[in-house]
Amino acid sequence: MNGADAIIKCLEAEDVKYVFGYPGVAICPFYNSILESEIKTVLVRTEQSAAHMASGLARTTGKVGVCAVTSGPGATNLITGIATAFADSIPLVCITGQVNSSLLGSDVFQEADITGAVESFVKYSYLVKNVNDIPRIMKEAFHIASTGRRGPVLVDIPIDIQNATIKSFKYPDDISMRTYKPTVKGNAMQLKKLISALEKSKKPLICVGGGVALSNAQDELLSFVEKHNIPVVSTMMGIGTMATKHPLYFGMVGNNGRPYANKAMNECDTLIMVGARVADRAVNQPDFLTSNKVLIHMDVDPAEIGKNVGPTIPIVGDAKAIFEDLCKEEVTASFDEWLNELNEYKNTLVEKRNPNLSFVDPKVFITTLSEKMDDDGIYVADVGQNQIWSCAYHIVKKGNFLTSGGMGTMGYSIPAALGARLANPNRQVVAVCGDGSFQMSMCELATIRQEDADVKIIVFKNNYLGMVREYQHYTYKDNYSVVDLNDYPNLEKLATAYDISYYKVKSNEDCESMIDKMLSTKGSCICEVMIDPYDTVK
Amino acid sequence: MKKIYSVMVENRSGVLSKVSGLFARRCFNIDSLVVGETFDPEVSNMTIVSSGDERTLEQIEKQLNKKLDVIKVKTFKEEHAISRELMLIKVKYNKNNRKDIMEITEICGAEIVDMSKHYIMIQICNTPEKIQVFRSMLSGISVVEVARTGTLALTKCSDME
Repeated sequence: MNGADAIIKCLEAEDVKYVFGYPGVAICPFYNSILESEIKTVLVRTEQSAAHMASGLARTTGKVGVCAVTSGPGATNLITGIATAFADSIPLVCITGQVNSSLLGSDVFQEADITGAVESFVKYSYLVKNVNDIPRIMKEAFHIASTGRRGPVLVDIPIDIQNATIKSFKYPDDISMRTYKPTVKGNAMQLKKLISALEKSKKPLICVGGGVALSNAQDELLSFVEKHNIPVVSTMMGIGTMATKHPLYFGMVGNNGRPYANKAMNECDTLIMVGARVADRAVNQPDFLTSNKVLIHMDVDPAEIGKNVGPTIPIVGDAKAIFEDLCKEEVTASFDEWLNELNEYKNTLVEKRNPNLSFVDPKVFITTLSEKMDDDGIYVADVGQNQIWSCAYHIVKKGNFLTSGGMGTMGYSIPAALGARLANPNRQVVAVCGDGSFQMSMCELATIRQEDADVKIIVFKNNYLGMVREYQHYTYKDNYSVVDLNDYPNLEKLATAYDISYYKVKSNEDCESMIDKMLSTKGSCICEVMIDPYDTVK
Repeated sequence: MKKIYSVMVENRSGVLSKVSGLFARRCFNIDSLVVGETFDPEVSNMTIVSSGDERTLEQIEKQLNKKLDVIKVKTFKEEHAISRELMLIKVKYNKNNRKDIMEITEICGAEIVDMSKHYIMIQICNTPEKIQVFRSMLSGISVVEVARTGTLALTKCSDME
């Protein structure tokens, strides 16, 4: 057995079903060994997509996503995908081939110092120098990626190590790392403080971030808030934690959030932030949070607590374990008055949107689409105006809402949707992008086709990089610079080239019938939605 | 505000760059950094002196703890520690200032470690402040070269009781 065989054995031991990647000489031993395995391989069309596909799989299955690419440009192309996963704390194991270990540092063909290059975007990285370390390193890599604050781990393996004979293979049962022991259970004293803060509170609010879904704590959170009638808002990464129409849910906060969510954030007297970074998009002035309220900050990563805002009560631990414990506690307080106040504001709010009726209103399209989607459908939003509209108008029932929230990586939706679909062949998967972000990943149409996957791709077409155009509209008084996308490519012809269906939605009246048609047709499609180039998210 | 971080790390290649990279990426100051082996050859000790506001100094500790090659982080303020630096200084002398140099050396508890016809090398091992005093005492003299370690520090024995 050689090193490459050993890596595959490790992946099998971790129950890996898919490896997304792109071969090259330095990773060829790995791709040779994988032929002997049941693990399926997906040939992406550019390496960045491999990480996004692994991310789509990870976020919809709770498992670690795996990708494998070659050295040099293969590895560096992967970096944006790794950084995207890191920003959203998505568990990935990224395997990169590397040049012969005796040549390391000599700048030979396709050598790149990838462990050095990704240092600030990975939870940890390994450069394997001894074939006998492979089982331990792989075990640690999966453990690190999937515990504590999740994140990508990179394993760089020189080709000679992949080819070297391993003395004996045994996948370790246990981990012994003296430097890594993440806290799971919340400190009992701190939980008591939280309960007593709730007792004193008249207007409590929970703000959920991506951490709740990452720790699979949706059910525990739901029982806690339903038991005590506490309203909930979310960050962008927290969308989908609760059903959009749940009576206790008040939408996304932040500069692109719902007004009633922001009102709730500003006016609550006790705020519980769960698995959220308190980053600038969600919270504009973090210091304001502590000026008029008790702030309770829960996170599995102690460094997030106090980074952007100093909480009154810090709680380190995994959301699932914490809410399991909290559900056992009793709180004698009623927040009905506060809920009524929020509901009244929400129900009487008149939206200022003033859509141009010669185009499709993204609100109408997204609302109709999400109403017609299966309850457990997976909605992947890209980055740009389409993302903000998706956050505002997509109605999550029991499905997932995926997007690149932290890094804001354009081109995320198509590969992530494919990864999600391959991992969940019975669930409906929709990727929503703009014409800019679509073109960043349209090479993956070939991968979708090759995998015979069913991914519905919605393209909001306005021939502009809409988000930047909108910014230039407000900030530079319509001095548009480098935002015109010039109508190409012709999406209908493109769909024909890839042999997938094509739909065009030209008006609000078209939405219903076209969405019905699109969702009922088997196989992938491109659905082009003509929207007003001058529409804005604000 | 200044703080001293005594960081036990795995003695592996690349760990120093991970730690210094963390400081660079998050815009934390490094006033000084010293790395050396401990009694356990698998463990190195880094003594890092940093300055910043309270939140930054707390973040430094948390971010260091997050690094998987970091075994333990101990932080302390200067007043709770015995700290030392070593400086080697090479100066050009002449017969007019030779006496002065020797006097300053003696007063500051430094030591002459090498000498030639025109040059003299002095070693001083003391607290960073005392070294600064010594350095400024020599300001009128033509200094040719200086080599200086960063701060090494351990918490005071009384803090252990």
